[in-house]
Amino acid sequence: MHRKGRAGLQGDSVIYMRSEDSWICIGLFFGSIDLRRLSSSDKYGVARSNQASLLELCSWLNFGGSDMDKFTDKQKKELKRIIIALVMFILLMITEHLILPRCGLSGGPESAPGTPYMIAEIIVDILYIITYLIVGHDVLRKCLLGIKNKQLFDESFLMTIATIGAFGCGELEEAVAVMLFYQIGEFFQSYAVGKSRGAIMELMSIAPDYANRETEDGSTEVIDPDDIEVGDILVIKPGEKIPTDGVVLEGQGFINTAALTGESVPRPVGEGDQVISGCINGEDLLRIEALKEYDDSTVMQILDMVETAASKKSRTENFITRFARYYTPAVVIGAVLLAFIPPLVSGHFTEVFGMWLLRACTFLVISCPCALVISVPLAFFGGIGAASKNGVLVKGSNYLEMMAHLDTVVSDKTGTLTEGVFRVSSVEAAPGYDKTDVIRYAAAVETGSTHPIGAAIVAACEDPYPASDVKNNENHAGKGAEASVGSDRIAVGNAKLFADLGIDIPDLPADTEKAVGTHCYVAKNGEYIGTVTVSDLPKEEAVQAVKDMLAEGVRRIVMLTGDSEKTAAATAATLGISDYRAELLPQDKVAAVEEMLNELGGSEKRRLAFIGDGINDAPVLSRADVGLAMGSLGSDAAIEAADIVIMDDKLSRIPAVIRIARKTIGISKTNIVFALMVKFVCLVLGALGIANMWIAVFADVGVAVICILNSMRMLAVGK
Amino acid sequence: MKKKFKLQDLDCANCAAKMEDAIKKIDGVNDASVSFMTQKMMIDADDAVFDKVVEEAVKCIAKVEPDCKVIL
Repeated sequence: MHRKGRAGLQGDSVIYMRSEDSWICIGLFFGSIDLRRLSSSDKYGVARSNQASLLELCSWLNFGGSDMDKFTDKQKKELKRIIIALVMFILLMITEHLILPRCGLSGGPESAPGTPYMIAEIIVDILYIITYLIVGHDVLRKCLLGIKNKQLFDESFLMTIATIGAFGCGELEEAVAVMLFYQIGEFFQSYAVGKSRGAIMELMSIAPDYANRETEDGSTEVIDPDDIEVGDILVIKPGEKIPTDGVVLEGQGFINTAALTGESVPRPVGEGDQVISGCINGEDLLRIEALKEYDDSTVMQILDMVETAASKKSRTENFITRFARYYTPAVVIGAVLLAFIPPLVSGHFTEVFGMWLLRACTFLVISCPCALVISVPLAFFGGIGAASKNGVLVKGSNYLEMMAHLDTVVSDKTGTLTEGVFRVSSVEAAPGYDKTDVIRYAAAVETGSTHPIGAAIVAACEDPYPASDVKNNENHAGKGAEASVGSDRIAVGNAKLFADLGIDIPDLPADTEKAVGTHCYVAKNGEYIGTVTVSDLPKEEAVQAVKDMLAEGVRRIVMLTGDSEKTAAATAATLGISDYRAELLPQDKVAAVEEMLNELGGSEKRRLAFIGDGINDAPVLSRADVGLAMGSLGSDAAIEAADIVIMDDKLSRIPAVIRIARKTIGISKTNIVFALMVKFVCLVLGALGIANMWIAVFADVGVAVICILNSMRMLAVGK
Repeated sequence: MKKKFKLQDLDCANCAAKMEDAIKKIDGVNDASVSFMTQKMMIDADDAVFDKVVEEAVKCIAKVEPDCKVIL
């Protein structure tokens, strides 16, 4: 498992290994380090920076990463109290039920005052009360504060009333047990919530802590990212985060975009390339010019988005909130009625009141809605967290919910389903000529061309003619170009150019004719020598992604494009999409989406998603139920307009998000049904006096813990 | 002015919503949000009364969840 330091380590580093839940430092290179660089998903690796001292790191790695560190101070205190109370409670139970009767002191409850048994009983009771106070004093305090602040009917209130009621009825054991298990449940909830927050926070670790600004005299100063101004020259050392969006002035190397895109393969950058904040610089020094202030940078946009995601609640979450608002007071009223009505009706009020009061208390304990109130949002947090681990940012729980009910997926073609870049897809040569000759001649003519098709031809030529061989360039706008290559006159262009020049184009072989894209004919000294076909190819993984989406229950996939009918038909066929609309203007796309939305009739179970690259489809993105923007790192408009942002270009993220959404909804629904059923059954049993306090505790805390555990499964998704 | 604060020991999702409502009602607050997931509070209030608003907000939070601390 131990991995040796990679050769050529620069700077100050530590090599660490991750085992289970802690990091072990296995090697040092002197210097310093940024602790936050270590994400919990790394098994082992090398980290370095110039922020904190190595010593600090070592102690953190070897000791700090242990289990205790995962708890906040409050949780640690709580845990101690729970353990002390639990031990006391168990000892008291043993004493009361096993030891006291065997000591021959079992005089029974009727024993006269002053007998040893009675004294022992009183001592045990006092100890029960002490245990109760140890474990539950903060609940009592919260309840009192709640009453003072007019925040009635919260959990503390219910628990206090119920346990004091149990005390009143002489059920000390039950009262302590209820409080103890309630606290254990609370602790567990707090831990679970903290854990899911951690998953989200991992994403938040993209925020840079500082920036190195180059001053006029060439030295660098460390500044707060907030102080960066547009046009500042920033120096990014190996291993540092890029503080704001910028363009590389000097240096080349690889940057790690994993925190933003989930993509682990580093992206190469060089002079003139744009870099995005939040990425981690690899092994080399980069000098960049800031293009944006920190507040407008990609990192800040993402952070803002994630921070507001929780405020856009799903229908399921809203249902729970509304439900809890009526449910708690209703149960409290029910409990009061249960305590008073039956005894009054029976006519023997004083004899039976105690029993009914105890039943009412049982009722209250069962009634706590915490299982639902916590577990449902937790499932959605988990869902959003799982998506973000996959490099997908979901702007709100409501969008995640809609993704689970997708019926129609409408996708833009260029840049979304296709690469968005022209490439040479085929080369045909006339008899007597070689394909490489054709492409070499064509490339020579197109050298220096700014037209995307020309550029694609140049890029495809592996062995170009030296520039000195190419002379007398002549450009025919919209048709093609001519140039002299050596002693030959070469023409490259479309059919119109060849008609102008009076060169015959022979019938093309059937498969060339069918090939999608733009045909560029090549002639040498007035004679046709071949054809180069340039096209925007579908993404390699698009076919699989389309299949996966259909497998995930998407009924209909529609491709929209501004391209010609022929190109659209061919692309759709390659991708396995049966439905497409071609030759659309941007406003036609909105109309097409609206038409499809009307067909769906706004049903909550049949949602429409639009996938675009965000470049000019912002109106469509916002019109669809869910707008998904792809490959839009650094594009403000797309991040703004979309509901779900896919950070890298991968279409396969979409079926993954659908799966995550499905699972989130499934878990929430299971939780709701399970919790309500158990509670309802227990409420009825409690009212009838069949369910005692113990069952009530299970119905409250047990159900909450089971629901939370169920929700926590979401956190494991996407790892 | 817009500012973000970190919250510690914010343990209940419902409380976060209650806090948000209460803070939005403070005089001088243009907008406010309390995020349970990120444990952060954002206050957008007029510069002149900002400090006073923050003080009020801290009180609101203490009322809803006594254990929850604002890290100023």
